[in-house]
Amino acid sequence: MADAVLEVSGLSKTFDSFTAVDDMSFHAGKGEILGLLGANGAGKTTVINMLLGIVTPTSGSISIFGKDLVASRIEVLRRVNFCSTYTQLPGNLRVWQNLDVFGRLYRVPDRRERIDEVLELLEIAHLKDRVSGYLSAGESTRLNLCKALLNRPELLLLDEPTASLDPDIADKVRKVVKRTREEEQNTILYTSHNMRDVEEVCDRVVFLHRGKVLVTGTPDEILRHFQEETLEDVFIRVARGGDIEPARPSSEGHPERAS
Amino acid sequence: MSVNTIQALVLRYLYLYTRTPIRMVELVFWPFVHLLVWGYLTMFLQENTGDDFPYEITYLIGAVILWDVMFRAHQGVSIYFLEDVWSRNLLNVFAAPVTNGEYLASTYVVGILRAAITSTLLVALSLLLYAFNIFRLDWFLIPFVFNLLLFGWGLGMLSTALIVRWGPAAETLAWAVPFFIQPFAAVFYPVSGLPVPMQWASKMVPCSYIFEGMREVLQSGEAPVRELVLATSMNFLFLGGAGVLFLRVMQVARKKALLTKFSTQ
Repeated sequence: MADAVLEVSGLSKTFDSFTAVDDMSFHAGKGEILGLLGANGAGKTTVINMLLGIVTPTSGSISIFGKDLVASRIEVLRRVNFCSTYTQLPGNLRVWQNLDVFGRLYRVPDRRERIDEVLELLEIAHLKDRVSGYLSAGESTRLNLCKALLNRPELLLLDEPTASLDPDIADKVRKVVKRTREEEQNTILYTSHNMRDVEEVCDRVVFLHRGKVLVTGTPDEILRHFQEETLEDVFIRVARGGDIEPARPSSEGHPERAS
Repeated sequence: MSVNTIQALVLRYLYLYTRTPIRMVELVFWPFVHLLVWGYLTMFLQENTGDDFPYEITYLIGAVILWDVMFRAHQGVSIYFLEDVWSRNLLNVFAAPVTNGEYLASTYVVGILRAAITSTLLVALSLLLYAFNIFRLDWFLIPFVFNLLLFGWGLGMLSTALIVRWGPAAETLAWAVPFFIQPFAAVFYPVSGLPVPMQWASKMVPCSYIFEGMREVLQSGEAPVRELVLATSMNFLFLGGAGVLFLRVMQVARKKALLTKFSTQ
């Protein structure tokens, strides 16, 4: 894949006898928002952790910006960032202090201006001097997103960024994600349980089921493939072990079935 | 290794301590209590023992100060890691462009800062309360402190490696590990005061030579060259071994996804 920012090939992760990720392959091009969709235990977070170098794959390869992640981890991570519902920034530090530290770690030029910029973007500039531990869940998630956007990442990994957010804030987050992609032309990998997120934000979706890639395609292609009206229906059907029959051969306008 | 990255990691720690001064209590309160207990015991022994006692008894106060240098260096490494665990920030740090070397270097700097704060306090108080001047150790103080920092860092890496391997339930090791070796470290008594099998164990602990050396300087003023050479050589070996163990455990942690478990437990 010539213009792939992210290329995952034959990726597997086994913990003793449990296979969390099984021979997964997918790619994401420049400026693309790729959704990683699947029920709990499908392997989404394990994949994200492998893409960040926090978990080592059992087999397979990860190439980011054309570089092997294992061989060029630090170089690659300078151009990547992430936001996960499972992490927080230290609650004892003020909002600006947390962003200042990560701005330095990611070597952000014009750090102070950039911090103000991302705080404005996520509409929490008024909380700049607030102690992070006193933020509400929604404010805390937006602070995490500020950290994730600080270095203008060329590859942004978002692990359930709208979990625990009310519909208003979730909508704002989705808009920020789309706006970032439009302005920065960055590649975004987006996992979510919220099907509205996926339908609204993602250009393409990789549907995971029990550690395997079940099907890949645009949201419309996936709906056509499963002959369902909403992604939520597809999600429920797959999660309950419904149709995971072999698909039609991959062609124009049809989703690609994982081999 | 990037100095800017190390600075950023240290800055994070400074923000934490200046934001929550109550954390300073740990750096001040316990060492102060420790000094009071051993200081007054020293005075009591001084008044009630004759010239038969083979050492100048004030070495106990010196031992308290030097032990704390080692203890704070150890905590600089181990507590630093736990701060990220407690704040669920571990993945943010390990997913950032930070090498293991930069991470460890920042914990060493934090260890030096912690040791500097506590020992400055203890040196001043021991002079004020017990007229004990640690600078009687003269220039030997420099290699003594250097060796105790090395040993503390090594022990800190060992504790952190065990915590990473065994998970959050093992976090008490961040305080306990130095006390496992304290009976063999000859802090408050000479190695010769131990039973023979324990003496052998003591000879394997690098910092025991430092405390032996301290007693020798205070007693005779003579240069403890042998002790310093042995301590320094053993400390570099220990630090190297602890470093290899730490890196190996981090590899295992990545393989077994142990770091992610700290975020969910």
